[in-house]
Amino acid sequence: MLDQQKEIFREEAAELLSDLEDSLLELEESPEDMDLVAKVFRSMHTIKGSGAMFGFDDIAAFTHEVETVYDLVRNGEVPVTKELVSKSLAARDHISSLLSGEDIDEARGEELVTAFQQMVPGQQPAAPVETAPEDLGYGLFDDAPVEPPAPVAEAPSANADATYRISLKLDRHIINTGTRPDGLLRELAELGPHQMVAHTGDIPSLDQLAPEECYLHWDIILTTDQGLNAIKDVFIFVEDDIELKIDVIDDGEDPDADVDYMRIGEILLARGDITQQELDEILGQNKPIGQKLIDSNVVPQEKIESALKEQEMVRAARTQRKAQETATSVRVPAERLDYLVDMVGELVTVQARLSQAAGMREDSELVAIAEEVERLTAELRDNSLSMRMLPIGTTFSKFKRLVRDLSNELGKDIELKTSGAETELDKTVIEKLNDPMVHLIRNSLDHGIEAPDVRAAAGKQATGTVLLTAAHSGDSVEITIQDDGKGLDRDAIFEKGVEKGLISADAKLSDTEIYNLIFAPGFSTAKVVSNVSGRGVGMDVVKRSIDSLRGSISIDSQQGVGSTISIRIPLTLAIVESLLVSVDNESYALPLSIVEECVELTRQDIANAHGRHLVNVRDQIVPYIPLRQEFEAISEPPDVEQVVITNLNGNRVGFVVDQVVGQHQSVIKTLGRMCKDVKGLSGATILGDGTVALILDVNHLAKKVEQEAA
Amino acid sequence: MGETEGIDSNQYLTFKLDDEVFGLEIGKVREVLDFTNVTRVPQTPEFMRGVINLRGSVVPVMDLRLKFDMAQAEDTVNTCIIITEIEMDGETTVLGALADSVQEVLDLEPEQIEPAPKMGTKLPTDFIKGMGKQEEHFVILLDIDRVFSVEEIAEVKSSAA
Repeated sequence: MLDQQKEIFREEAAELLSDLEDSLLELEESPEDMDLVAKVFRSMHTIKGSGAMFGFDDIAAFTHEVETVYDLVRNGEVPVTKELVSKSLAARDHISSLLSGEDIDEARGEELVTAFQQMVPGQQPAAPVETAPEDLGYGLFDDAPVEPPAPVAEAPSANADATYRISLKLDRHIINTGTRPDGLLRELAELGPHQMVAHTGDIPSLDQLAPEECYLHWDIILTTDQGLNAIKDVFIFVEDDIELKIDVIDDGEDPDADVDYMRIGEILLARGDITQQELDEILGQNKPIGQKLIDSNVVPQEKIESALKEQEMVRAARTQRKAQETATSVRVPAERLDYLVDMVGELVTVQARLSQAAGMREDSELVAIAEEVERLTAELRDNSLSMRMLPIGTTFSKFKRLVRDLSNELGKDIELKTSGAETELDKTVIEKLNDPMVHLIRNSLDHGIEAPDVRAAAGKQATGTVLLTAAHSGDSVEITIQDDGKGLDRDAIFEKGVEKGLISADAKLSDTEIYNLIFAPGFSTAKVVSNVSGRGVGMDVVKRSIDSLRGSISIDSQQGVGSTISIRIPLTLAIVESLLVSVDNESYALPLSIVEECVELTRQDIANAHGRHLVNVRDQIVPYIPLRQEFEAISEPPDVEQVVITNLNGNRVGFVVDQVVGQHQSVIKTLGRMCKDVKGLSGATILGDGTVALILDVNHLAKKVEQEAA
Repeated sequence: MGETEGIDSNQYLTFKLDDEVFGLEIGKVREVLDFTNVTRVPQTPEFMRGVINLRGSVVPVMDLRLKFDMAQAEDTVNTCIIITEIEMDGETTVLGALADSVQEVLDLEPEQIEPAPKMGTKLPTDFIKGMGKQEEHFVILLDIDRVFSVEEIAEVKSSAA
């Protein structure tokens, strides 16, 4: 049980840490932003608190040091400096390694603890007695000086929001014991949205007033998800000197609770401010109850005000909850979602069989049912696939950190701009994109963007920019990495290509063709192998990872101006629209997105081409690949074959098949370990009749034929 | 399932290839299927018959006859696919093995099993775990993990290239 909770803590802490990283990076850019400081502090505070609760004492102890400093930052006693942010980022990494229990560098941890301790300017004197008068203004004015923490999403407690009524009366002499009432109230205010009403009725006339005594008492309505204990903890050191009454007035559990809350009379009654008799008497009159109560002088005006605030708070909390009900999220393990998608995949297959069978029976009722099932299945498929979609922004923020650290390391001034962070992609795709993206960004930073002085000499801004964008286009997502660096050296690449034997010295290549050479295996233009990039794993690895995602990558560049790398990735890896064809009595599927058209290929056409694999499509010559030959077919080809014309990265390539069967929703299955090295196939899918069709890796087939021809 | 401890059990599923009787540890066998439509995968070695749909998963099927350099046989009503779970690089992989016919589940005590002969069988001795004595006959107990070992993948690789 505890292990399970620890696991939950780990997950939550990992999320907090990633939020923390974002906040820190933002803070570095706008060090004046106190909201960000508060956010950082809250993250640290939560990590510390729940860390200690689940037995991660090392994390709690370490985080405490950092939190202490941020508390001071929050109070304006320590400024936000670049060093502080750097140290905090390092501390974040340290917490992260403590959390995973891997690569813990204890010396580094101690070093950081010392660094943070040194940032605390001496020990704070224990609670000063002289209290700034405006601090005592809590609740005297409607606007509480401390902003309630923004949506409680940052405080990932398992508890639901609950609303409490806190009635607080301090001992008159509490200030003499060194307690600052404003401190208590501020701590309380941090727990969540709140309304405070100070009761000033006990303040004597000026000649009798003793300035060091506290005459106020408060009614506070607080909505928090931290639980009752968190509230009690605020008063833990003054328990003996106060009268404290905490009532749960809305436990947040009952989603059906009416937005309307108790009436004002009922509230006062529940608080014991009036008796039932008094209430009944006043209810006889015909004014708004609040007004009546004031008029009748049964209850002082501020008590009514306080009760009104309670009403307002609870109403607000309940209205908000109603609105959020649909937006609440549930944490589900990824493998359960994968399983769901698998099941939906099977359902799609069975549904295809049903439709096929229904079509053959010529039973109109059955056909109607099959159509209904088809519609539902399609909806279910789209829905369950969308569940695995995540905004790509989660990785973008990681890159921010990467760029920050790398530009420091390289002594370059580089800014990362992003757009389209909300673009959604399948979770697995995002994970698999991470490494290639890191590699590409490293490349841009290391080889693309010049050192500041070189940039200045070239008349560019000293600060280099890397622009990361993501956008939907059709059934795929296009991601670009654009830098304003020196661009690719066309001639250097050409020379290198010749040297490596990739092209002949007299080859006439377009710019794009030359740039794409850098994706060839074993190609690296960097003359000096640096720490950052050029460690042997070149662009070919990137290319291969993108290929494995059924995506494509291309590069465009202008010397002196910069380079743009574009990656196109299909939205999901699970299901693809495909065109079903047959070759030698076996079925194959091609991704429909690349198919342009299908044309016939007669014996006469073949004879006319004199052995060359070319077909004339409306006066355009298109090379084709005879799949029968490729797959060593044994049976006789039909008299008229079909050519499926595809568009591969701008080139038209035909694939000759025996027959075009039709469109198919292909649920992609892996071929398994035994066949993973078979080239030209990217997977398999199950057809309506239960047999297996293989999915063609058209890019690979085309390249293979090209290489054989060269 | 009770047979999960099958690694140590003494039960073997026997099947025939030609006239030879082979045995597989029951713990390695997941199920036995009738012969169904196998989709050929181009550019794979001959002993790889293709892939089948096993309730939504794509499972490769190997022809043991070809694997053991025996003559290929016509598929008959008795031809079946034994679905096995083999260990490959520490991972469990599901794989179908084509057999002429499945015989029975045989109980063999350790003393009924003799070490693999150094010669005399047509198979590489690596593939054989031992020889089980069943009355007057011998059953060749296969080490199925070895039969489709890493070198086999390499073979798939090289012939596909």
